[in-house]
Amino acid sequence: MNIFRKDKRKEIKNELPLEVSNNTSTSNKGSVKLRVFRVNAVQNPNDIPHFDEFQVPVKRWTTVLDALLDAKSYQDSSIGIRYSCRMASCGSCGMKINGIPRLACYTKISDLDTNTITCEPLPNFPYIRDLVTDFSQFFNHHRSVMPFMQNKKADIPNTNELTEYKQSPQDLDKFLQFSYCIKCGLCYSACPTVATDVKFPGPQALSQAYRYFADSRDSDKSNRLKIIDTNHGIWRCHFAGSCSNVCPKGVDPALGIQLLRSHLLGISKSEKKIAQLQDRSTNTYREEDGEEQIEKEDLKE
Amino acid sequence: MTSDNIKNSKNKKTTKWISNITLLRESQIMKIHYITGVAALFVVAIHILMRLIMPFNMSLEFENVILNYKNVFYALLLESILVLIAIHGFNGLRVILLEIRQTQIWERGVNILVIIAMIGIIAYGTRTIIIANGLSLG
Repeated sequence: MNIFRKDKRKEIKNELPLEVSNNTSTSNKGSVKLRVFRVNAVQNPNDIPHFDEFQVPVKRWTTVLDALLDAKSYQDSSIGIRYSCRMASCGSCGMKINGIPRLACYTKISDLDTNTITCEPLPNFPYIRDLVTDFSQFFNHHRSVMPFMQNKKADIPNTNELTEYKQSPQDLDKFLQFSYCIKCGLCYSACPTVATDVKFPGPQALSQAYRYFADSRDSDKSNRLKIIDTNHGIWRCHFAGSCSNVCPKGVDPALGIQLLRSHLLGISKSEKKIAQLQDRSTNTYREEDGEEQIEKEDLKE
Repeated sequence: MTSDNIKNSKNKKTTKWISNITLLRESQIMKIHYITGVAALFVVAIHILMRLIMPFNMSLEFENVILNYKNVFYALLLESILVLIAIHGFNGLRVILLEIRQTQIWERGVNILVIIAMIGIIAYGTRTIIIANGLSLG
């Protein structure tokens, strides 16, 4: 099943004519000034945070992570960065780039359209060193919502009798978007409530709570709602929406939070709107009603 | 049992008692918050529209205001405004204050103070409405 999600980043890029992006001052000069936040809070608690500047060569395809690694390789090997996959899959290289939380590996310098790139550690996270932050609290919140399947009917102890737990594509689509979360912490760092309330689980944990709540295979829904229905739980969300704005994977945590709230209020049992499928032959979107019946029959078989 | 253990068990009992003050779950509190907010919108609208039954400056003259209070339905409207806005407003205040600090003492303190202040305001306002209505309590 193909789900066509809108990628704002791609849309903006496609709107720009190629000539404009070629003629930016960045590509003309061939280098940018990289301002990197420096602090070593672990070794020296009295260390005063400051910015170091590096002139880094760039190409059209150079990402901020590439530029940082260039500076680390050829100018200052002591720059602290956390990274791994370089393809927006691991969520390690989250940092504040020019004031906005982004993944360094997913942010092209040519897209930023400026000669000065400022890299800072993610807000709402304690510093460890330079651009590396402590994710302990973030993962504690993630754990607190029990991000795993719970089903009393599942015959896990007797592995010989394990059977396939079938799920219709419609049921899958209710939570699939939320399962794309890579735990990069960008939404958590952009959340204004997290900035003031450390007990607030944050958009990541709450969207994961919805991901398992909406899963048709999970049977512990009431307990999931109890966990987030506290003084510092889901109701402290101000719905600023900044979490959804910065999410690099299109998870839209704010939507998950609102859907969970509607379930908690008991007024509505609304679910995420099922994605429409694109008919490739006619290049138009069509409703799933007709298909739903066929797929249900297939499952029965 | 040592004296420390006795103290701890006493503390646990008091904290249990204090935590039981908030009998409602947060979703139930917020449900009340939303309902009172919407209801307050309607009753306040009626209250403002009542000013239009005569020229606005006349409607706020002392005699006319007291006459309004003498009308039982209008007094009930004012009482409902008082109750709805007190509940909605003080819960809003509680929500803001809870975000400032996250210690247990602060949270319990805020909950208790807000409940006391809300009851106090409602009691004082009700007393004013009753006196203006001309009903005597004693």
